[in-house]
Amino acid sequence: MGGLIDTFFNVDVMRQYLPLVLQGMWVTIVLGVTVVLSGLALGFVLAVVRSLRIRPLNLLIVLFADVFRAVPALVILIIIYFALPSIGIRLSGAVSAWLGLSLVLAAFAEEIVWAGILSVPRGQWEAARATGLGVAQCMRLVVLPQALRLTVAPLTNRAIVITKNTALASVLAVGEILYQAQAGYSFSYNPSPLTLGAIAYLLLFVPLVWFGRWVEGRFAWKR
Amino acid sequence: MSEHGSAGPAGPPPDRSAGSVPEPLLSLRGLRKSFGSTEVLKGVDLAVAPGELVFVIGPSGSGKSTLLRCCNGLEEPSAGEIWFEGRNILAPGTDLNATRRRIGMVFQSFNLYPHLNARDNVALALLHVLKQPRAQAHARALQALAQVGLGDRADALPGELSGGQQQRVGIARALALEPAIVLFDEPTSALDPELVGSVLAVLRGLRAAGMTMLVVSHEMGFARSAADRVVFMEGGSIVDQGPPQHIFGPDALPRVREFVATVEHQS
Repeated sequence: MGGLIDTFFNVDVMRQYLPLVLQGMWVTIVLGVTVVLSGLALGFVLAVVRSLRIRPLNLLIVLFADVFRAVPALVILIIIYFALPSIGIRLSGAVSAWLGLSLVLAAFAEEIVWAGILSVPRGQWEAARATGLGVAQCMRLVVLPQALRLTVAPLTNRAIVITKNTALASVLAVGEILYQAQAGYSFSYNPSPLTLGAIAYLLLFVPLVWFGRWVEGRFAWKR
Repeated sequence: MSEHGSAGPAGPPPDRSAGSVPEPLLSLRGLRKSFGSTEVLKGVDLAVAPGELVFVIGPSGSGKSTLLRCCNGLEEPSAGEIWFEGRNILAPGTDLNATRRRIGMVFQSFNLYPHLNARDNVALALLHVLKQPRAQAHARALQALAQVGLGDRADALPGELSGGQQQRVGIARALALEPAIVLFDEPTSALDPELVGSVLAVLRGLRAAGMTMLVVSHEMGFARSAADRVVFMEGGSIVDQGPPQHIFGPDALPRVREFVATVEHQS
């Protein structure tokens, strides 16, 4: 028992590496928030563009969505960070992680929002068009408000998944929670910093999951 | 209205002086519509005079709804002309949105916006099509809701209203734009029988106020008592038309009498 506590909950080691893990928490928060904002925004824009049904554009959007949903996020990060420099594109680890994760989230968000737009009955478009509203007005005033309510739950889940995937950025030497915890582990030969890291993730993500549940309830409405 | 029998030529072209015959408000000429290889409308001529209530009846699949949906461009005809207020709305360069605000439409399944309350359902086009100031649009919306007997339900979401109330909000939404004509696409078909009366009462009120209406419906009793003219469609063509005394009388074509008898037997 004493061995277990000494190994995983070593107070001295924890105290020593706490500042490092806190620093990592901050990086995780910044990375997660920026990825969610840009990923959702891009996915949203792509879904709206797709609803214009311009064929060549739609093929590109579908190709993008399929590729970035199919390839593991880690592989995408590695390609951006390690392979792009060979064609002259050099991005820092943090920017690579932000870009890769944003694109993955955008691919999922595009599919979710697109499904939401499709799920709004045709009669809604017809009713709005019959009163003289233009296509863009229909989209903005009638279709999107309904589509977005339907997509809040899956989008929230996707946002949580992608923020957890910020841990993948540790592979690109981005100093987020996992990277700092592993660093602490290798310096101290004691896994207690990893315990700290796990606690940091819990502190960040349990409230986030609760928030997601609240958002889902908030946006459910009777038809 | 004197033309009985098969579909005669529609009213005179709007560019020609028509003498004592009132110029039709809406006039369909040789209207054709195909979905793929299926021809749903096979050259329909129909003219609706200002203030007229024209009822369109016929078996399902006869093209009634498609005919109605062509009138405001929800369906694009394959051939033919649609003249409304003296203009061919199918001509290139026609502002379809400007035409649509003059042509109200009421749908079988109401198609209210579920995320907006009754007032905002009605006010949406006032705000964003007519660009009315908020206060004016809201006042007009409340007035239209009062006209259909729902002045006290302005804050209710569609999901909180009965089918009959929802359909009346749908009618208020069309009326608020002060259209020249209102198209009704089976307005009572989705309603429980006890709710039909409230919607028909609104139609009766509109008729008394002189509103021009083109109604696709199976409400034979209402057609009998309120329509100026009843048009019978089958297989994409107008087969018979005339005042209710004709269509519901002994002189109607056997096919029409058979259809009317079947529908009235069911209701």
